Amino acid sequence: MFGAGGGTSSYREAEETNVIILWGSNARETHPIFFHHLLRGVRSGARLIAVDPRRTSSAEWADVWLGIDVGSDIALANAMAREIIHAGLHDKEFIARATTGYEDFARCVEAYTLERAEAETGVPAAAIKEVALDFARAERGMICWTLGITEHHNATDNVLALINLGLLTGKVGRYGCGLNPLRGQNNVQGGGDMGAIPARMPGFQDLEDPAIHDKFAKAWGGAKFPDRKGWHLSEMFEAMERGELRSAYIVGENPARSEADQTRAVRLLSGLEHLVVQDIFLTQTAELAHVVLPAAAGWAESEGTVTNSERRVQRVRRALEPPAGARDDIDIISDIAQRLGSDWGNPTAEEVWDECRSLSPMHAGMAYRRLDELGGIQWPCPDESHPGTQFLHARLWKDPVEGPRAPFFAVEHDPPVDRLSEEFPIRLTTGRRLDSFNTGVQTGEYTSPLRKREALLISPEDGARLGVEDGESVRVSSRRGSVEVSVRFEPTLRPGLAFMTLHFPDQVSTNVLTIDATDPKSGTAEFKASAIRIDKLAPVS
Amino acid sequence: MDIRTTGGPPTADEVAAVDGLLGTPDSLWEGGRRRPADDHFARGGRAVRSQRHLLLPLLHAIQDRTGWVSRGALEYACRRLSIPPAEAYGVVSFYARFALKPRGALTLRVCDDIVCKLAGADEICAAVDAERSPCLGLCDRAPAALVERSGSSYEERQIAPVTVAQAADTLRGGEWPDQTLSTPLSPTLSPGGRGGLLRRVAAYDPERLDGYRALGGFAALMRAREMGSEAVIREVTEARLLGRGGAAFPTGRKWESVAKATERPHYLVCNADESEPGTFKDRVLMEADPFAVVEGMAIAAFATGCEKGYIYIRAEYPLARARVENAVAQARGAGLLDIEIEVRRGAGAYICGEETALFNSIEGKRGEPRNKPPFPVEVGLFGKPTLVNNVETLFNVLNIVSEGGAAFASVGTKDSTGTRLFCVSGHVERPGLYEVAMGTPLRELLALAGAQDIQAVLLGGAAGSFLTPEQVDVPLSFEGTRAIGATLGSGAVIVFDETADMKQVLLRIARFFRDESCGQCVPCRVGTKRQEEILERMLVERNGDRSADVMLLSDIAQAMRDASICGLGQTAANAIASGLTQLKVLNG
Repeated sequence: MFGAGGGTSSYREAEETNVIILWGSNARETHPIFFHHLLRGVRSGARLIAVDPRRTSSAEWADVWLGIDVGSDIALANAMAREIIHAGLHDKEFIARATTGYEDFARCVEAYTLERAEAETGVPAAAIKEVALDFARAERGMICWTLGITEHHNATDNVLALINLGLLTGKVGRYGCGLNPLRGQNNVQGGGDMGAIPARMPGFQDLEDPAIHDKFAKAWGGAKFPDRKGWHLSEMFEAMERGELRSAYIVGENPARSEADQTRAVRLLSGLEHLVVQDIFLTQTAELAHVVLPAAAGWAESEGTVTNSERRVQRVRRALEPPAGARDDIDIISDIAQRLGSDWGNPTAEEVWDECRSLSPMHAGMAYRRLDELGGIQWPCPDESHPGTQFLHARLWKDPVEGPRAPFFAVEHDPPVDRLSEEFPIRLTTGRRLDSFNTGVQTGEYTSPLRKREALLISPEDGARLGVEDGESVRVSSRRGSVEVSVRFEPTLRPGLAFMTLHFPDQVSTNVLTIDATDPKSGTAEFKASAIRIDKLAPVS
Repeated sequence: MDIRTTGGPPTADEVAAVDGLLGTPDSLWEGGRRRPADDHFARGGRAVRSQRHLLLPLLHAIQDRTGWVSRGALEYACRRLSIPPAEAYGVVSFYARFALKPRGALTLRVCDDIVCKLAGADEICAAVDAERSPCLGLCDRAPAALVERSGSSYEERQIAPVTVAQAADTLRGGEWPDQTLSTPLSPTLSPGGRGGLLRRVAAYDPERLDGYRALGGFAALMRAREMGSEAVIREVTEARLLGRGGAAFPTGRKWESVAKATERPHYLVCNADESEPGTFKDRVLMEADPFAVVEGMAIAAFATGCEKGYIYIRAEYPLARARVENAVAQARGAGLLDIEIEVRRGAGAYICGEETALFNSIEGKRGEPRNKPPFPVEVGLFGKPTLVNNVETLFNVLNIVSEGGAAFASVGTKDSTGTRLFCVSGHVERPGLYEVAMGTPLRELLALAGAQDIQAVLLGGAAGSFLTPEQVDVPLSFEGTRAIGATLGSGAVIVFDETADMKQVLLRIARFFRDESCGQCVPCRVGTKRQEEILERMLVERNGDRSADVMLLSDIAQAMRDASICGLGQTAANAIASGLTQLKVLNG
């Protein structure tokens, strides 16, 4: 944020903070490593607040759980901001010195009274106020979030609403304070850092900045490459729809199962003129491909680095030889370059990394030798005498502020696109479980004592109202499609709220139900909010 | 909190037992019914988890009511306290007292430990369907039994001496005998004609505060408040009082450390988990003079700035617990206490006499000892500075405050001041609790109790050591016993005459330690088991390579002494090693 796409804090700080707001994140199950750090903080006295429609196992650890209605995050955040301002608990000095846009923001949140917030979120007004004031009064506080914030049609606005709270209370750029998106895989952060996003080169350098473009072009021997940003994932599917995108090379991703509105995704992928999939297993996407390139597993069969949620770049080492025919990603890509007429040689992972260091200033000091010695380094690390950066944006506390000020962005509540109606009266939200990962490509092969057959989780009260038994098969329909699935009663869900994962696409194609309403800025679909109907199956005659 | 319930719903009885202690749940999230407010809001976290210390009281409530701890009941308790059921199961299964399988309302436990075995406990166990129990602390009237009846009006009773007929009748639902345990008083000896520790025993009705006050009760507390806390600690230090629980640590130094600790709050714990086989002194004190326990705790808390006191009484002492609870309530009602004192009930684990295991037990955890340092005076109960004193130690404090430290130190020897309570049992004419000045020869004590044809004396209980008839001139002082490689320990003195089968005694001790090892650290967990096996081989099966086994036992003993976390493992080989060298068990 504020120009750098990473969480601002280190794990250690979660252990030594006073208040942690876990917002739209079931980190207990989905980010278990981070949650261990968080629990250390809780055990040494930090207050934990969970904001989540479900009372998850993370929320069970929390001192206060705010069970908001799906997609009402901005209403809650804005109302909290209003309470903080009205109580005079905002950090006026920090706001004046280090931020911009406060006046607009304050005007915007003024409309979010506690009464309105209670109506939009379902959370009692008194609880909203209590949490707001607790957070503002704490010496140290951090907000951590995951897909509960970002899998919405207005994902970016959701994130901005949380950033506003951090700025308002001066809880960023100081030890034990921060704004932290928790990253799912061991290297989601690293993927973005390395430029696997449409507008950025490695190190979050702006592709459209001519100086940056020139720097890379020069380093690559005058190579020609686009100077305008490309499509993000959802835009790619739109481009397929329009027939503009006809060929795709997919590496380590399973969009045939992970995309919202799966029926459409599969149709579009199947319609491509040329589809290349590079993966460690024959995924459902790979089954649609013209060419499949078997790859070595990133965590055990290849050399390189990964970057975790605290921006720590860490070495990965080859422990096993990949199975016959599977090759390292770097080998495959270099070979393809060769066939396309560009000789990149046969670089090692370290050589690729050293080139990256020469072009990405925030990685410049991270020689393999130093990564080994220091047990990983947190970016930015501009030179080989730099220890890495524990938390970001300390610059905002310098007087005068170093670099640009941090902007407030006034954002408005905008409910989920898929509205509840008489026909589709139940809110379905999707998520993940401890022992499975996304579409199950990496976890489906393993057995787990916790794993049960995929089911639609509903409250026992809804079950009784619908006249279905625990375990009974039902038809679940949304405006996009319908699936058959058995229900499982889950007392932690409130009536009107249902939950499913997308871990077992072979059992239940959850994403047949989800909506592909997408945040225009981040390209993320609204997996968290679909409107569904549950029908008893007709008795077999 | 990862609470996954799989045991089905609790029964109405079980809910009543839990709610009786915690009140009815406020919300769905605490185990109640769903209210509209539960859809969007819950409190939990620290506020709920901080009640973890109520787990053992809850388990007692459940078992007292239903006779056992069912999965459904346990999971309901877990929901109320926000404890993962797997972890709570680990707690339930740790304590011998809790049953994880259904059983009848009536349970009879017969003590088959060292002294009761001498008195024929095995015959009773063979004749009736009773559970065997380690020492019940009723050795002065062995053999002993403990009977309980679960239900909405739970009852339990100590029966000693118990006969086969009585045990059988009790199990058939017969009347329970009257509970008059501490009177008539066992013979006592008070030195110098001054008021000894036992002077109020049988001198007043232990359920009446006015009786205690008529004998000068609570004068010491008033005196302490006049003196001020620093002066009290000075007197205790001048008295050179050493702790009477077994470890003999200077009480004054402990008090000073707690008083000076800056971290708050300070806790006081009175260790009344008297479980050393052959020991019953604290039971007598609590049953016969419970107000003095309370007064002693009040003085200790005053002197060291403790905000809250706990007294942890072993589960096998229901009468002592009832009387101390009554004494606390009456003293509080009369406005005599300025700290809260909570009575906690053990659950059948010898190890909980170890102070840090006792903390864990109060905190609602498995009674596993902690590593030291940090010591309890810095990091004790709930991680706060904690003063732990044994019941007898606190009785001594009352006298020190009344008479002054110097007067106290004038009795006994230079290094062992004051008097000491000894629990004499086994083959003696007059088993009972004896108070003698420190330094009194063991021979004198044995003569008082009427011991004849002595084959051996076990001094200090299972963690102590065996003495031969040639060694009974040893002076009963810390330094005197140390000089011959023995210890006063808990003050247990078990006498064996020529008729005693010492092999069976050694085997019983080995079984005791194997049963009571908490299993946390390897030297003790494996060592106590191997020790029992080797002993069995040497004494019963009489096969194997004798000299190799002797060597192996000595190796195991050394490993346990060197590497066990706590005193249990460190002393688990003492009695057996001394028995093998001192007694003639290996002959023939």
